[in-house]
Amino acid sequence: MSAEIPEAASAEEQKEMEDKVTSPEKAEEAKLKARYPHLGQKPGGSDFLRKRLQKGQKYFDSGDYNMAKAKMKNKQLPTAAAPDKTEVTGDHIPTPQDLPQRKPSLVASKLAG
Amino acid sequence: MAGAGGGGGVGGGPAPMGGSDLQWCFSQVKGAIDEDVAEADIISTVEFNYSGDLLATGDKGGRVVIFQKEQENKSRPHSRGEYNVYSTFQSHEPEFDYLKSLEIEEKINKIRWLPQQNAAHFLLSTNDKTIKLWKISERDKRAEGYNLKDEDGRLRDPFRITALRVPILKPMDLMVEASPRRIFANAHTYHINSISVNSDHETYLSADDLRVNLWHLEITDRSFNIVDIKPVNMEELTEVITAAEFHPHQCNVFVYSSSKGTIRLCDMRSSALCDRHSKFFEEPEDPSSRSFFSEIISSISDVKFSHSGRYMMTRDYLSVKVWDLNMETRPVETYQVHEYLRSKLCSLYENDCIFDKFECCWNGSDGALMTGSYNNFFRMFDRSTRRDVTLEASRESSKPRAILKPRKVCTGGKRRKDEISVDSLDFNKKILHTAWHPLQNIIAVAATNNLYIFQDKVN
Repeated sequence: MSAEIPEAASAEEQKEMEDKVTSPEKAEEAKLKARYPHLGQKPGGSDFLRKRLQKGQKYFDSGDYNMAKAKMKNKQLPTAAAPDKTEVTGDHIPTPQDLPQRKPSLVASKLAG
Repeated sequence: MAGAGGGGGVGGGPAPMGGSDLQWCFSQVKGAIDEDVAEADIISTVEFNYSGDLLATGDKGGRVVIFQKEQENKSRPHSRGEYNVYSTFQSHEPEFDYLKSLEIEEKINKIRWLPQQNAAHFLLSTNDKTIKLWKISERDKRAEGYNLKDEDGRLRDPFRITALRVPILKPMDLMVEASPRRIFANAHTYHINSISVNSDHETYLSADDLRVNLWHLEITDRSFNIVDIKPVNMEELTEVITAAEFHPHQCNVFVYSSSKGTIRLCDMRSSALCDRHSKFFEEPEDPSSRSFFSEIISSISDVKFSHSGRYMMTRDYLSVKVWDLNMETRPVETYQVHEYLRSKLCSLYENDCIFDKFECCWNGSDGALMTGSYNNFFRMFDRSTRRDVTLEASRESSKPRAILKPRKVCTGGKRRKDEISVDSLDFNKKILHTAWHPLQNIIAVAATNNLYIFQDKVN
């Protein structure tokens, strides 16, 4: 991690004020930093890229699933529809039925209509 | 650089170069008009085949629709160049990878046609993980008079057959069938962003965020990794591959672009693993103008070789750049697509629009470029006159053969009557995918769930 100039330094603040006049991009950057003061210094860095690489991640755990199946052997299976479709974690044991069912499009494309 | 062509053009077809010298007319629009757009109907890729007779679209629902250009008909002169549905099929379906807890979208990321070698047409379509080779063939004859079968297909009792006959071929209504001939799966850990058919017509490449693989069209159980930029320690990851393409004539050369705004050209003759590039294209940046947004807006969303193979074009968030393959230090031409968005980057970051991936394309003679923008605007640049034009794909200007009126975005205070202010732009109406007919001035523009086809004015 490279050494960063502390935000409070007045020299940097002054430079930002000057840049605001000359560069719309820097003005936008100042706006963003004002709204999100904790935003990382390296936006193009690994956090951002790793989030991009993890697109599509769902929290289904096969261990949890098998435990749930064993527990519920003698009970009725829980109905589908988890309270929150994106995160099935916590007290609730996730099962494949809880995940939003992605069925293939049975309808033909409207472009072909 | 001499001549109006702006580089070696494609032979045949009297297509004058230049997007802005021409007047563009509305030709057709495909898709539903309703306000509520289903996610599955959003078009995700558009591609003409090598002759321009076929136009393929892919959507988020994993479906492919292929349109065919009608033959010129003297009795209906105004049906010149109309595209009508030829075939449609479900290419990919949603999947769930339980092992990795990954949902695999059926969205078609790219379609690439193979050059035509016989009566059938072949194309490659890909989603995030799997590439498929589809064969589209016509059937217009049916055999009748089988010896062992009835007309309705039931088997005849062989002992009852007393005479032999030769089945005859009878014409039938044209049926277009699409069948998957090859499925190229399990070669990508990350999400496939590009596929590109090699000029040898035998191999093709597929690229994901960190790797590029080389396939043979006949072999599905093996693929060669030719680029791997995955760091040993993922914490050190600084850039990803955003697009890749084979050179149109040199079968050993390909390029790949990165999220840091660089392009690497690789030669497969130099080594089996092309981690070391042969050429590295990067425009020097003025360090004093660097901001939080610099790297994000420099990320290249598309790279396309010119038809001549002498140039390549890249698209980043705000501009389109043309590079001479012989010069790595900077592009030879830069065109601003929507510079007025530079003072809106903060909001565009907040609503994620800054990550939109626009594509770009060349016209057949390499004299003009086209790319999309917001508010259903798309831009064309004439390389020799340096003129540019902004046009809009909208239902309002969809009267048959209506000439498209150039649009203008107003950035300053005083807005003229026909101008639209930056703050009134609809950022949900993005034109990410456009295609230009390889030989004629016909363009296809995907506006969310609608496909617009425009042609130059017939004199």
